[in-house]
Amino acid sequence: MLSKSQARTFFLGGTVVTFLIFIGLTIYSMAPSNDQSNHQNITEQVIKGKHIWETNNCMGCHAILGEGGYYAPELTKVIDRKGAPMVKAILQSPIPWAPNGRKMVAYEMNDEDAEAMVEYLKWIGEIDLNGFERIVSPLAKDKIKD
Amino acid sequence: MKYKSQQVAYWFFALCMLLFALQIVYGFIMGFARIGMDGLHDWIPFNTARAVHTNLLVVWLLTGFMGAAYYIIPEEAQRELVSVKLAYVQLISLAVVGVAAITGYHFNIWEGRKFLEIPRELDYLVVINVLLFLGIILATLFKGKRQTTTALVMTMGLVFAALLYLPGMIWFDSQVTDSFFRWWVVHLWVEGVWELIMGGILAFLLIKLTGVDREVIEKWLYVIVGLTFLSGILGTGHHYYYIGVNKIWLIVGGVFSALEPLAFLAMALFAVYMYRKGEKNHPNKIALFWTIGAAIVSFIGAGLLGFAHTLPQTNLYTHGTLVTAMHGHYAFWGAYVMIVLAIISYAMPNITGRKRHDKTNGHLAFWLSNIGMLGMVVALGVAGVVQVYLERRLSMDFMVAQEEVKIHFVVMLLCATMFATGIGIYIYEFIKYGRPTDEALTKNEEAVLVS
Ligand code: HEC
Ligand code: HEM
Ligand code: HEM
Ligand SMILES: [Fe+2]
Repeated sequence: MLSKSQARTFFLGGTVVTFLIFIGLTIYSMAPSNDQSNHQNITEQVIKGKHIWETNNCMGCHAILGEGGYYAPELTKVIDRKGAPMVKAILQSPIPWAPNGRKMVAYEMNDEDAEAMVEYLKWIGEIDLNGFERIVSPLAKDKIKD
Repeated sequence: MKYKSQQVAYWFFALCMLLFALQIVYGFIMGFARIGMDGLHDWIPFNTARAVHTNLLVVWLLTGFMGAAYYIIPEEAQRELVSVKLAYVQLISLAVVGVAAITGYHFNIWEGRKFLEIPRELDYLVVINVLLFLGIILATLFKGKRQTTTALVMTMGLVFAALLYLPGMIWFDSQVTDSFFRWWVVHLWVEGVWELIMGGILAFLLIKLTGVDREVIEKWLYVIVGLTFLSGILGTGHHYYYIGVNKIWLIVGGVFSALEPLAFLAMALFAVYMYRKGEKNHPNKIALFWTIGAAIVSFIGAGLLGFAHTLPQTNLYTHGTLVTAMHGHYAFWGAYVMIVLAIISYAMPNITGRKRHDKTNGHLAFWLSNIGMLGMVVALGVAGVVQVYLERRLSMDFMVAQEEVKIHFVVMLLCATMFATGIGIYIYEFIKYGRPTDEALTKNEEAVLVS
């Protein structure tokens, strides 16, 4: 029968081994040669867009890369779906955007902020998501070449 | 209760009750917004309600874990807490930081990273607060007469939880890297170190409530937390399938996360088996209900419902839909809410010296909240499956599919009303118990039964 000290060894051993593998795999997937996100395309504008995304908590309603709220449209492929001018107009709208009756916050962004946001969403839209990009936004699917 | 300083736990539990009630209010705000009743939009838009709802949940659960630690550690270490005064300082500062964060969310002050919305400036205060808490607990534990496995596992969970908070504070330019390390906090908390805390509380409660030999219980505790880390650490990969990192995670995450339910299954079997084996004469039946309930419902909510969408082939379709919300509710409920309510139910008669644990109200609270929550989860689940089918299989537009699932939120709100009634009764009973008393120290019938 298993003794208490064997049980403890199982716990400590299993933890150390899987933790080391986890760190190894993390380093592996962070390696520049394994990048799937077009890291080089992260411009100042994209970073600014990310900042606006975060300071307004867009993620509290929308999901991106499949993470976030489930209240409003997933935005990973929104540029493909709606086009940049439309997205910009939504961000600049003085009244809450709600064509289907569910309200967004009216951000009334200036040109500069709205463009940064669009650049960020463009960068997001080009990430290789291991196939999810074809599922997440069916309307955009047809526009993906490969 | 054997040590006067254990009374500190009462005030932590009281804060839990308050924040839990508020969390439910914000849940209703979101539920109503989803059926078109968003009259509060100008003051509390959905993203505010969501951040408040989920952050209150996490804060009150942590408050509950802390209260549990202040109750359990003196009893396990067989000495008073090193400083009661500092424990109160810690409680008050925790409440202040929490309230400041939640208030900020109403004024667009946050960080917009799901579950980690607290701004970095406040993060530093959280860190100081948690260090103070850990200082008190560790000093008490190591100055104590004994260091039991139960106390060590629980403390280890608390220390790791604090360490894992740090990766969430690093700033990244890339959304992909940001998301990658966000999971080091969110996943490794709920499917890793929090399970140690849960396991520790569960073991303590089983020792007290069933009277089964400590050595037996603690041996199985090691096996359970062993299974947790063995599957849970590499299981983090189930969040890396579709966020823009290497495909290797599809295999690693798929295999190891599929093993995660084993830890929860072990926990459920362990609790039921110890109950069967033990003497069934502990008077606090309500605490026993919550304890065994937590072990079983966590297996269903985290284990089974987690498994339902953890394989890459399924997650490809369910990733970021209401299916996730369904699982999130039942997993948090079974594993963490129920275990905190269990330790509170167990501790209250001991802290206050009033034996109110045989009241019908206690059973009513248990069943109403459990059946209500199950109903909410079923409603969310149906909405989720319909959403996946319409939006991701039939290519329907997001908002059009949402219109189709609206009706399920009406059902959810009805069940939520039942749930909230149950919790209301639980809180009413908590208040009825009254404040801690010193006679409670002498009225200690349990001491003869178990050590
Ligand atoms: C209170 C919730 C909420 C917040 C916060 C929010 N949105 Fe929205 N957003 C919505 C809703 C709801 C819609 C869909 C409206 C409709 O179709 O009726 C929407 C639509 C959009 C669309 C068009 C999507 C499409 O496919 O039609 C874009 C782009 C967008 N939002 C961007 C953002 C950005 C960027 C932010 C942060 C700066 C943000 N939203 C914050 C609720 C929100
Ligand atoms: C008590 C333990 C658990 C809790 C509290 C919990 C809670 C949650 C929450 C809140 C989310 C949403 C996170 C976010 O999007 O930020 C989530 C996602 C997820 N959980 Fe769990 N979970 C638990 C255990 C499990 C287990 C054991 C499994 C697998 C067997 C699992 C599988 C998943 C998966 C695959 C997702 C991602 C869903 C998606 O792609 O949208 N969970 N969980
Ligand atoms: C009256 C009861 C409640 C109602 C009406 C309610 C409603 C909601 C709603 C509408 C959401 C947002 C989903 C979305 O983004 O569209 C949500 C999120 C969430 N709620 Fe609740 N809730 C309630 C109680 C609870 C309780 C008791 C818990 C804990 C056990 C809980 C845990 C969560 C979690 C973890 C999330 C985030 C889920 C995710 O991101 O996947 N809620 N809730
Ligand atoms: Fe996870």
